Amino acid sequence: MDTNKLTQQDIIRQGEQVYKRPKLLLDNTMHYCPGCSHGVVHRLVAEVIEELGIQEKTIGVCPVGCSVFAYNYIDIDWQEASHGRAPAVATGISRVNPDKFVFTYQGDGDLASIGAAEIMHACNRGENIAVIFINNAIYGMTGGQMAPTTLLGQVTATTPKGRNVERNGYPLKITELIAQLPGTSYVTRQSVETSVSVRKCKTAIKKAFKNALAKKGTSFVEVVSTCNSGWKMSPVKANKWMEENMFPFYPVGDLKDGDKADPALYSKKN
Amino acid sequence: MGELKLMKGNEAIAEAAIRCGCDGYFGYPITPQSEVMETLMVRAPWDKTGMVVLQAESEVAAINMLYGGGGTGKKVMTSSSSPGVSLMSEGISYIAGAEIPCVIVNVQRGGPGLGTIQPSQADYFQATKGGGNGDYNLLVLAPNSVQEMSDFVGLSFELAFKYRNPVMILSDGAIGQMMEKVTLSDYKPRLTNEEIEKKYGDWATIGKKGNRSHNILTSLELNSEQMEENNIRFQAKYKKMKEEEVRYEEYMCDDADYILVAFGSCARICMKSIEMARAKGIKLGLLRPITLFPFPKKPIAELCKRVKGFMTVEMNAGQMIEDVKLSVFDSGILKPVEYYGRMGGIIPSPEEVVSTLEKKLIGGK
Repeated sequence: MDTNKLTQQDIIRQGEQVYKRPKLLLDNTMHYCPGCSHGVVHRLVAEVIEELGIQEKTIGVCPVGCSVFAYNYIDIDWQEASHGRAPAVATGISRVNPDKFVFTYQGDGDLASIGAAEIMHACNRGENIAVIFINNAIYGMTGGQMAPTTLLGQVTATTPKGRNVERNGYPLKITELIAQLPGTSYVTRQSVETSVSVRKCKTAIKKAFKNALAKKGTSFVEVVSTCNSGWKMSPVKANKWMEENMFPFYPVGDLKDGDKADPALYSKKN
Repeated sequence: MGELKLMKGNEAIAEAAIRCGCDGYFGYPITPQSEVMETLMVRAPWDKTGMVVLQAESEVAAINMLYGGGGTGKKVMTSSSSPGVSLMSEGISYIAGAEIPCVIVNVQRGGPGLGTIQPSQADYFQATKGGGNGDYNLLVLAPNSVQEMSDFVGLSFELAFKYRNPVMILSDGAIGQMMEKVTLSDYKPRLTNEEIEKKYGDWATIGKKGNRSHNILTSLELNSEQMEENNIRFQAKYKKMKEEEVRYEEYMCDDADYILVAFGSCARICMKSIEMARAKGIKLGLLRPITLFPFPKKPIAELCKRVKGFMTVEMNAGQMIEDVKLSVFDSGILKPVEYYGRMGGIIPSPEEVVSTLEKKLIGGK
């Protein structure tokens, strides 16, 4: 058989189909660089919304950054927020539409730098939303500048000799801060560099979405990610660099899994 | 006849919001308008109408909450004062770009910067010429009484949804703080989700159902040709506002030789000035723009045919005078246009207005 002439259907017919594109993932060519984590996480979000059967009540809020065009890839209603303000936009949607499911999808510059106030306060109020936080330790869209999560010594366009404490301050472990906030119920850090980690990340996203649907306050899923273009590495090398450098500083696992804090602990005495 | 009450302008805004079927108020405290949110919190409309009231962490967050809520076809509003509105300006530009209806109240105070908490009209340019980035316009209403503070809330929502555009109520600290009797409007129920879907389902992000393509609200368009198309569409909308939404009031203009042009609290002062001028035999009238954008150009052009000159009275360094001059210029009948104003929170007195008129316009011709 001439394999060059095979159609997609021919390939599927040759064996039993075990995996396919989720219906909600639109058939648009993604603008992401080869090796980028965004595509995988988009797929997981689409799968989870489809499996939970919540397309009709879902409103996504996308950020400024590489995932600014997330609305081109997942077949749900979307609002595109200004830089950093996605949690405020999501708050507005969710508060006047308590029957809807709202999530934000944000990068590290968006969430941990310019939008640090909005994410803190949305989480502290315990907005019934889910947050997907892609941390690739760099500004991808604008050409690889330093992010708040850039590691010390990491070379970026604005830290050409590596990030340095005197000049740039410390990398921000914002997820650890978020986990302290009483309005959050589930705070986790995941990754998507292996098939095992992808499955774990999907489980985490599903739990976060279910929590929001169950009005359990804010759920927060960080995904430690690669930006091989920004890091100037091949996709394989970027994954290795992430494992060796990012994971020790941003360890994968749950930081919090339970309920919002008991208000009694935060109330005045009399 | 509706219920009659004595209340502050700020309280009237809050009361009108509840009564007109507003779905959500998001705000941040700032003098001299904090009574808006305080009144709402005391009235607790969530128990009665289901209206949400939320104190945001900043004006920046509050305006983005409007982006979110308004984007779902709900009636959402905020109020603030000048420095707070500056913080909101980024969000207002995005809202205009994404064509999201909402209502923003600016109870102005003197500036620049932190300035003063006393009343001012120094945000005229910001309200009518932009404020945020890009070519956009707000529809701007200027109340001159507590009654209009109340009446303009419901009207603003109607206009915001008619044009899918943010509407600003440009008030000032004097009107916000003063107490007057006001006839309250009757309660109007909030729209149900079904009604919203029927009316705004073609654009509102309310969850994708059935075969419609997904709704996306964004101000982003990297294809310049498409972005220009978007701008052309916005401009057509602003043109339609200019044709259909101009609102103004004429006071004693019929026999007037001279016209004061003033909005908001300055217009109230001018009414006293007119009484004083007429006692001296000066035939003075008032044109009060109610919409600052769209500006009442045609009424000014009409007046150009029969009056000797205009003087704007403003609580700023002379901002609206530019629109009056443009209106006079475009009429083709050139008449002198002068300005009198006070800044920094000082309210002009009726006497100052008359004496300046005599000096600059009557004596100077």
